[in-house]
Amino acid sequence: MKFTSEIREGLVIAFDAIRANKLRSILTTLGLVIGVVTVTLMGTAIEGLNAAFLRSISGLGADVLHVDRFAWFTHSRQEWLKGQNRPNLTLSQVREVERQMTLARAVAPYVEIRAPMFYKNRRSSNVAVIGTTEQFLFTGSASIAQGRFLSAEEVKGARPVCVLGVKVVTNLFLNDSPLGSKVRVGDAIFEVIGTLAPQGSFLGAFSLDNQVIIPVQQLVARFWDEPSCQIQVKARSPADLDETKEELRGVLRKIRRVPAADEDDFAINQQETLISTFHRIAGTIAAVGLFITGLSLFVGGIGIMNIMFVSVAERTREIGIRKAIGARRRTILLQFLIEAAGICFLGGLLGVLLAWPLTWLLQKVLPATLSLPAVAIALTVSLITGVVSGFLPAWRAARLNPVDALRNE
Amino acid sequence: MSLIRLQNITRRYQMGTETIHALREVTATIERGEYVAIMGPSGSGKSTLMNVVGCLDTPTSGTYELNGVQVGGMDDNELADVRNREIGFVFQTFNLLPRASALRNVELPLIYSGMPSAERHEKALEALTQVGLADRVHHKPNEMSGGQRQRVAVARALVTNPSILLADEPTGNLDSRTGDEILALFHTLWSRGNTMIVVTHEEEVARHARRILRIRDGLIASDERIGGPHEVHV
Repeated sequence: MKFTSEIREGLVIAFDAIRANKLRSILTTLGLVIGVVTVTLMGTAIEGLNAAFLRSISGLGADVLHVDRFAWFTHSRQEWLKGQNRPNLTLSQVREVERQMTLARAVAPYVEIRAPMFYKNRRSSNVAVIGTTEQFLFTGSASIAQGRFLSAEEVKGARPVCVLGVKVVTNLFLNDSPLGSKVRVGDAIFEVIGTLAPQGSFLGAFSLDNQVIIPVQQLVARFWDEPSCQIQVKARSPADLDETKEELRGVLRKIRRVPAADEDDFAINQQETLISTFHRIAGTIAAVGLFITGLSLFVGGIGIMNIMFVSVAERTREIGIRKAIGARRRTILLQFLIEAAGICFLGGLLGVLLAWPLTWLLQKVLPATLSLPAVAIALTVSLITGVVSGFLPAWRAARLNPVDALRNE
Repeated sequence: MSLIRLQNITRRYQMGTETIHALREVTATIERGEYVAIMGPSGSGKSTLMNVVGCLDTPTSGTYELNGVQVGGMDDNELADVRNREIGFVFQTFNLLPRASALRNVELPLIYSGMPSAERHEKALEALTQVGLADRVHHKPNEMSGGQRQRVAVARALVTNPSILLADEPTGNLDSRTGDEILALFHTLWSRGNTMIVVTHEEEVARHARRILRIRDGLIASDERIGGPHEVHV
């Protein structure tokens, strides 16, 4: 008997058997359906988390180095305390870096405080006030929506001008154009020269649009006379990032007079370290999550195996008949394997159909989409579950002795 | 060349600590075109003999040659092929697949022999016509009478054009009138050249055959040939 016709015959028989035992097939497959739904949702959620994270941090720029007193990821309290005790990065150090770096395309200080803002009788609280230079346009991710960014002259002259984030604009100005208006940041008056395009939020947690950018000397003069800076350094090209990082490290050690034997008293962070750390964490979460949800799939598989044993037992006579009139072992084996795989495939299909609307709910929290590969994987996994859990019962059926099987009532 | 050559066939079963000698040194030959009844009380070993002849069971020792082929050393799959090609079974309890139509039941052995679907469809219809069920091909077993079911089973046995039709108490579940119909059908098939072997414990049934092998305690007790075709009333 040819293999293809065996498969076709197996499909006919399997479909028949499933149709004859509708309720049982549905109940059998329920465990698998739940398994497929949870695994699919888990996979989708993890994918969504990844996408959300990458989208969030894309603002950091792949070719921008961020100098700070401590690393973005501290692994212990001691490390954190050590970072806290290091001397501040000062504005004069930023200027030195700018002067000495040869591989940098742009160098910008970054000082942030929080303050309320006012315009006429309207108010926007807890705005991130960022002091920087005109270079920030290159190192940061912000782009101009209206007007222009800070100019070099305005920064050098510490002019009271500002560029508003889109959330501040909507909070303070409703529908008017803010360009040329005078707004109050804390107690200081600034003239609006530009607005920024929307940037979204970081991991959905805090908005990047609730900010105002002012010349750094204005910030020093008005709010914080000895600020702790971060330095943003953009490399000439992404390919030069490692070299740039080495040069920056050398420059900083010289400027900050770090003795040759001592470790750096600053940290150079970059998007990549954030991504790799995130991937490590996300990888662990994914592995654990998929393992736990995979258990439900496993339970579903056991259910299938159980019911296939029952199915073989109650169809012993049928197996005897088939063997008596010439069915080979392989034919019987295939018949039951196909039946198990068929039930599981239908279960997988049902699972995907259920998971689909559920991902819509998930989308309210994460940018999750039920991707085609995820669907394909879910269906493949269901098929494999069917074949694996159906194998033992099918093997038992195939090895039945026809005389005994025919005698079975 | 004999169709069936059984030589010193023994079959033992282990039942707990007890060994049961179902067949002890059975030797017999059956020629092509014979109509043989195998008789014996229950426990005599006639079912075991039928299973061995039908290649459902293998003897513990002895040789069995079917249609010139040694069946002795064959494995499960080879035996399945031999059953498919050489033997048509008719059982006491019909043994049809309950969810399949008459046509599909009859097609089944052809499916296992790998025949293309158009051809097997035609053959199955032909076999059903032969047993007088041309108008019942799409009925399922539970929509038919006992006699009709047994006819479907006969059609299924015939459809591969086997060397032997092997019937195990074919009238055991039928009333005497339908039983007679089935036996008449057997007679017709035999007169067309089929080799018939009927296992039974009823003299009535055995009398239709031309030869009666009586089994007792695992041995052939007698082997008698009876009358010519004119003596059999159908």
